[in-house]
Amino acid sequence: AAGVGQQWVLVEMVQAFYEAPAYHLILEGILILWIIRLLFSKTYKLQERSDLTLKEKEELIEEWQPEPLVPPVPKDHPALNYNIVSGPPTHIITVNGKECINFASFNFLGLLNNEKVKSAAQASLKKYGVGTCGPRGFYGTFDVHLELEERLAKFMRTEEAIIYSYGFATIASAIPAYSKRGDIVFVDEAACFAIQKGLQASRSNIKLFKHNDMADLERLLKEQETEDQKNPRKARVTRRFIVVEGLYMNTGDICPLPELIKLKYKYKVRIFLEESLSFGVLGEHGRGITEHFGINIDDIDLISANMENSLASIGGFCCGRSFIIDHQRLSGQGYCFSASLPPLLAAAAIEALNIMEDNPDIFQTLRAKCERIHKALQGISGLKVVGESFSPALHLQLEESCGSRENDVKLLKRVVDYCMNSGIALTQACYLEKEEKCLPPPSIRVVITVEQTEKELDKAASLLKEAAQSLLN
Amino acid sequence: NHIVHNGGLYKRPFNEAFEETPMLVAVLTYVGYGVLTLFGYLRDFMRQWKIEKCQNATEREEQKDFVPLYQDFENFYNRNLYMRIRDSWNRPICSVPGAKVDMMERVSHDYNWTFTYTGRVIKDIINMGSYNYLGFAQKTGACQEAAAKVLSQYGAGVCSTRQEMGNLDKHEELEKLVARFLGVESAMAYGMGFATNSMNIPALVGKGCLILSDELNHASLVLGARLSGATIRIFKHNNMQSLEKLLKDAIVHGQPRTRRPWKKILILVEGIYSMEGSIVRLPEVIALKKKYKSYLYLDEAHSIGALGPSGRGVVEYFGLNPEDVDVMMGTFTKSFGAAGGYIGGKKELVDYLRTYSHSAAYATSMSPPVVEQIITSVKCIMGEDGTTVGEARVQQLAENTRYFRRRLKEMGFIIYGNEDSPVVPLMLYMPAKIGAFGREMLKRNIGVVVVGFPATPIIESRARFCLSAAHTKEMLDTALKEINEVGDLLQLKYSRRRLVPLLDRPFDETTYEETED
Repeated sequence: AAGVGQQWVLVEMVQAFYEAPAYHLILEGILILWIIRLLFSKTYKLQERSDLTLKEKEELIEEWQPEPLVPPVPKDHPALNYNIVSGPPTHIITVNGKECINFASFNFLGLLNNEKVKSAAQASLKKYGVGTCGPRGFYGTFDVHLELEERLAKFMRTEEAIIYSYGFATIASAIPAYSKRGDIVFVDEAACFAIQKGLQASRSNIKLFKHNDMADLERLLKEQETEDQKNPRKARVTRRFIVVEGLYMNTGDICPLPELIKLKYKYKVRIFLEESLSFGVLGEHGRGITEHFGINIDDIDLISANMENSLASIGGFCCGRSFIIDHQRLSGQGYCFSASLPPLLAAAAIEALNIMEDNPDIFQTLRAKCERIHKALQGISGLKVVGESFSPALHLQLEESCGSRENDVKLLKRVVDYCMNSGIALTQACYLEKEEKCLPPPSIRVVITVEQTEKELDKAASLLKEAAQSLLN
Repeated sequence: NHIVHNGGLYKRPFNEAFEETPMLVAVLTYVGYGVLTLFGYLRDFMRQWKIEKCQNATEREEQKDFVPLYQDFENFYNRNLYMRIRDSWNRPICSVPGAKVDMMERVSHDYNWTFTYTGRVIKDIINMGSYNYLGFAQKTGACQEAAAKVLSQYGAGVCSTRQEMGNLDKHEELEKLVARFLGVESAMAYGMGFATNSMNIPALVGKGCLILSDELNHASLVLGARLSGATIRIFKHNNMQSLEKLLKDAIVHGQPRTRRPWKKILILVEGIYSMEGSIVRLPEVIALKKKYKSYLYLDEAHSIGALGPSGRGVVEYFGLNPEDVDVMMGTFTKSFGAAGGYIGGKKELVDYLRTYSHSAAYATSMSPPVVEQIITSVKCIMGEDGTTVGEARVQQLAENTRYFRRRLKEMGFIIYGNEDSPVVPLMLYMPAKIGAFGREMLKRNIGVVVVGFPATPIIESRARFCLSAAHTKEMLDTALKEINEVGDLLQLKYSRRRLVPLLDRPFDETTYEETED
């Protein structure tokens, strides 16, 4: 029966063949021939594989000469020869064998040598050893870390805080956790290098506005607004951020935070505030620039600071609302992929916080000293003071440049050496000249701490006057 | 699975195995993820329609009309899959992270959205998760005493950068010692291992250079390569044919479109890959590097101290010359019980880094007690403190590694990686087993690390054991007994190649296994 069925189908097929119109058959015939041609023709190569023979390739490999891995560095390069500090970098510091008064370490509250801080760190060392042997996710979370995070959040009066084990990595990991490719960040020209690296890692659009110039920022924001109206769909998913510092490291002045808050709500931009220098310095209780201006801390989306200045420890933290900070626990690269902060340093930071909370008058003392030296340094011929009167980290720049940056640096080095030989330790502000976006002019960094007495401040000022007189005229 | 003997380059057998995922297991894993995703959508739906309470933190009222900070889809995995087994990670401990550790007990009454601490401390959990390869995480002993002395003398912080006023005599001492330990001309130390990579690779290469990076490189290497601005090309994990092909193509064809020759080529590899447990094929890499005139950057984060007859890392393990590696990078966190990283190499390289590294100019230098811990532990490993403690520890770690891996393979688990690597990944595959394994082991007082997506490919979740010289044989036997139990309970013994258990023979290189399929 199957055989008959098959025959039946075949007969039908042959019949259909005869009954089909001619053009139909011709078309199908052409199609079949085309398919056969395609099947047998060579595949079309998209990339032009070069017609080099094996021998030519080997010759190219032989001939290629790479550059040396690193270019040689001249022996007298200013950044190559470090100052060697023997002993602790505290108020009296021994630099290159000479004892000096320290005007170069960011030890604003003098906590580097504090006995209570050291004994808290010792207790922690006895309990935990030195290292944590793991990142936070894998048995690297100690109760000290949790306590420090709680204390920082309570001190800054925010919901949550997160700790990093390296100050530089704090803001450099926080920015790329929120701002991605396609988002827009408005950042001040004088932002520090860590912020620049964070922005580079985030791959967002960066828009620089002139330092502390709110009119320039508003112009950029308005431009962005008109762009948005052209493309509302894209605008609805593009996040915007403003990144500013509380107290700028490169210029010593503060950002106008109240105006920034107004711009924030007008143009719907989030604010990230970097408070490495202003934490523990500004404000009645040392809470930073928000306390200084009396602004509600919830208005700032993220505050980031490092614990290496006022808290005299190592590491950094970010604080803010849980909605924002919790995200970094899975997306902050420097948090997830790196070992956690050694417990002794966390314990030192907790004790430093205790001291800050118990002695709120040190901030006033520090501010008074800053004002004093700021006044004393005015009027030095040849050097101008750059920075606010209450900023503990000032810059002294040359009033007139010598022509090239190299010569300026050399001249300032002579001033610094003069001061070092007479017992005041100073340093030049160090930058990577080729890497900075807006390279600040060469300057001498002057750092004021609570431990410096009035006599020492006056001595430093007079010494600088002398040096400027003899070397710069 | 293959064994490479003296191909001329290898002076010792190189045993690495990555057994294939059994088909049934792969299918079931995908089904598992599918079910979880469906339930995820269901829960999101219920949360959106307020049938279920939304436990997420939310945006401020005043900022509700700002562009949303997170897209809902980005956090889908976080909300619905990660949240269910969140208690396997971030476990807080309250003692030194040695071979045994004390953990703070925490409970959750709302399915892991929030945790509360009961106040109880679970004592003496066998710690198989901390990177404590040579057992230097101690609260007593020579290292701790030396660190305490330096702490009382120098304080905890430094408050300045290396180039300004932060270069202490301790740092110079450390760098000379590290250079001697590695057998290189000179070395430089930094405060954070992650930052060592992300801040120095951009200083070494830039636009117009080529970076050839292994598939499974660590996030810090990837970030450093990205920040440098060089072109990045990826070769298959530990695959020398893939690397050679890329090298040939790069030199012959030059830069894309302009055809200019590359300025330099940098190969980025790691000593031990911590997720796979594999060791880099260093002899072959060095042979290729010499043939094609490129530079080698070796990240020994996990292998320094853990490999080699005297703990000098993967270069010593293969019996090679440290001068062949252009940039030797490593961290102090794992084998030395401290924190930070280093780069060692020729004097010109280190001088260049002292001048142009981002870390030297902008980041605070290392804390003095941490530096002292490293100095003491390196001296101990080298034997310069007058004892043989360091040598004994290196031997103990090697023995522990071989013993542990052999026993696990005999039990029938799928173990990835090289026979000599102290990082032991045990495959779990299914998402439910990730959480179950972690919890069951904790019930039996053993702390393990479990990893899933996105640190590993989606179906290859695993548990990772980190062996330590501080683990005694009794601890390992206890752990192995419990792993055996849990393996039977959760049906984790997927391996189709059973090793015949060996008689008690002493371990040496001539011991070989009989396998039966």
